[in-house]
Amino acid sequence: MSAICLDIRDLSAVLPNGQRVLRSVSLAVQPGEVRALVGESGAGKTMIGKAVLGVLPSSVRIVEGDMLLEGEDLGKLQPKARRTLIGARTALIPQDPLTALNPSRRIGPQMTDRLVRILGWSGEKADTRIRQLLDEVQIRDPDRVLKSYPHELSGGMRQRVLIAAAFAAEPRLIVADEPTTALDVTVQKQILRLIVQLQREHGTAILFVTHDLGVVAKISQRVSVLYAGKVVEEADTAALFAAPQHPYTRALMAATPRYTDPFASLKPVDEAVLAGLASEIAAADQAWRRSHG
Amino acid sequence: MDEGRARRRGVPPRLWLAGGWLLLALLAAIFAPLVAPQDPLAQDLMLERLPPFWMAGADPGYWLGTDSLGRDLLSRLIFGGRIAFIVAFAAAIAACLVGSALGLIAGYFGGWADRIISRIVDVWMAFPPVLFAILLVAVLGTGLSSVILAIAIIDWTRFCRVIRAETMGQSRMDYVENARIAGYGRIGIMLREVLPNVVPSIVALLSLEMGIAVIVEAILSFVNLSISTDDPTWGGIIAEGRLSIHQAWWVLVFPLVTLILTVLSFSQFGEALKTRFDPVLR
Amino acid sequence: MAEPLFSVRRLKVALPDMTRKPLIGRAPLVEILKGLDFDLPRGSVTGIVGESGSGKSTLGRALVRLLEPSAGSITFDGRDITHLPEAELRPLRRNLQMIFQDPMSSLNPRRTIASIIAAPLKQNGLGDNLKARVAEALQRVGLPQSFASRYRHELSGGQRQRVGIARALALSPKFVLADEIVSGLDVSTQAQILTLLEKLAAEMGLTVAFISHDLSVIRRLCRQVIVMREGVIVEASATDALFDKPQQAYTRDLIAAIPLPEIDAGWLDIPAAAKAPT
Repeated sequence: MSAICLDIRDLSAVLPNGQRVLRSVSLAVQPGEVRALVGESGAGKTMIGKAVLGVLPSSVRIVEGDMLLEGEDLGKLQPKARRTLIGARTALIPQDPLTALNPSRRIGPQMTDRLVRILGWSGEKADTRIRQLLDEVQIRDPDRVLKSYPHELSGGMRQRVLIAAAFAAEPRLIVADEPTTALDVTVQKQILRLIVQLQREHGTAILFVTHDLGVVAKISQRVSVLYAGKVVEEADTAALFAAPQHPYTRALMAATPRYTDPFASLKPVDEAVLAGLASEIAAADQAWRRSHG
Repeated sequence: MDEGRARRRGVPPRLWLAGGWLLLALLAAIFAPLVAPQDPLAQDLMLERLPPFWMAGADPGYWLGTDSLGRDLLSRLIFGGRIAFIVAFAAAIAACLVGSALGLIAGYFGGWADRIISRIVDVWMAFPPVLFAILLVAVLGTGLSSVILAIAIIDWTRFCRVIRAETMGQSRMDYVENARIAGYGRIGIMLREVLPNVVPSIVALLSLEMGIAVIVEAILSFVNLSISTDDPTWGGIIAEGRLSIHQAWWVLVFPLVTLILTVLSFSQFGEALKTRFDPVLR
Repeated sequence: MAEPLFSVRRLKVALPDMTRKPLIGRAPLVEILKGLDFDLPRGSVTGIVGESGSGKSTLGRALVRLLEPSAGSITFDGRDITHLPEAELRPLRRNLQMIFQDPMSSLNPRRTIASIIAAPLKQNGLGDNLKARVAEALQRVGLPQSFASRYRHELSGGQRQRVGIARALALSPKFVLADEIVSGLDVSTQAQILTLLEKLAAEMGLTVAFISHDLSVIRRLCRQVIVMREGVIVEASATDALFDKPQQAYTRDLIAAIPLPEIDAGWLDIPAAAKAPT
């Protein structure tokens, strides 16, 4: 197969006060795979997705590391060229389907806009493509949906629309940022199925950001566990669930509720594990400061 | 410099500038008889239209020059400030008390109370405020208290609308239900839980309203509907200055600058106060 | 002990539908709860589960009488509270406590933690020895005493939820409603809060209605479960029975949709034709 789809090497980012929010993160997404990033709030998983898409908040500054999108070093490109490249090869499935859509515009133009403006497609071609994708996400009455305003659709329907929009431009990489967190479990299952189905058909790589180890187990091939902006464990998903190596991963798994085993799950994370993590991170920061004067 | 920390800890420069100007103007107004270099009413036709201090022909006793009747402009501005500030404080506080109380009631209790109060506000705001003020003063008669009353009567709606909306937002917070769970009555919850959370907005609005009151008072003076014509007011000086703009521009420009600075300072001060009052949300 | 703490019969709740409110006049009512019958036995934790729009939160608010039912009856501790006016409810409130979903919005930003915990005590005639009572409440939920003088924004999500629990339990109520109390928390924090609630409920013999969308959590915490959908009860039974032998297709779907943290290639059941990548 071709080059690595997304290659992040030693990425570090800091806040204005000098605190590191990403701590030498490295990860590679192979073409056509679902790559999970799992962690709790503050782990920096969303930050990595934003860094890839070039939409980090202005307060966060990347101080080190490279990001290669299909072999092209994003850091070496001029801002405009970088935007064009990211716009053409990546897409986002956001967490909150309501705020991701402009409430005062109909769905149709919002979906075709990107294809017309960024990829320079004709309006007609974009419209055909969107209808095709709406069909793929099993929206049976595209005319009604395209004419609707976002608030007229249910949460699951809005998320389908956003999935269709993400796949429409045939991106090589999709960043899915907690795309099912706001949904009911039954809808979540449908949406996950849809994402994986489209991902397989289109051969798209997905960087799937989530806090839910259950979702990780069901959809990803490889996974990175994050804590405080640091990758604490990286493994094939099957291997991770068979034999988690890092104490934090083990603690996280033991804390995740399981209805099949109610009393072996929901175990509060041991203080010793958190203390171990804290010293691990302190050591990493010290080493980093030493090598960066 | 560490920009982030400066923004969080330090006092923003606009607060310094706005607060400084207001303090200066306020102190000058309070101690007007002591600080004013001349009697603001003393006319001297020998001294008419003296230019400000940096121009040729200026008199050192009259820093900002004199008007067409030979009255000292600086002294008139200082004494005019007294009326401006009295009106600003009295009218804004009156409008604030009435408007905030009604806004709290409408926002917190909702239902018919809200419907009645909101309808009144709608009707009220349909009148153009300046015309409304002129009409009111024409009915109430000129004089300091009618001006204050007129401004309060017109502008309570500004408080009412904003405080109503804020109160509605706060009332939906879980801690309001929590207080019910704890066994508090409705009025107790409104005063204990909701009011403290809308105070920052009230403070910001109050400061803004003081600026607006200064403008309205100036407009009323300008059309000769404010206080007696003898007492110097900023609007009155502006009206006189307009007549002699070609001979003595300073009589128009200095009161205008004073007015604008004061109004801007009030609004900036209010905004800055609001952010500082709310460490919780920053 | 045989008499249940709550008896709910043919309970209906209708709320105004603001999205269909005409320009002038009242919004039309929509029925959120369409006739519910159930009991909550004393000293046990009952799970109420459902997806969005099921009416589970509305049911919770009706139980603690933040809402007035439109029909049916709610009997609490032998007393009909269905239409009690606010003034008569107030003395009962010390026994009808609630822990909220969002610990951020349920704590007043301008009050110290001590004052938040003390409020229900003062209001219910337990104002003497307030300091000691607040200290005890903090200790009960495992928070250091130094937290008494802090404000909500100085606390983490888990700590805020502990304050929520401390306040609800400060009065040693008979009933506590817990409405999605862990859905905003990280899994590690969630486990702490749930084990805390589990422990305190057992120690204090509380009757708890535990509202959640997460069946996994309910299985651990609750002795019986009520499954709701669109304002009606789909199924109600003992927890183990519900998981081992769900009677309704909807319950089975709900359970099957939970992604367990273990590898299961068939879970997504994607049609075979769709598999081969190009």
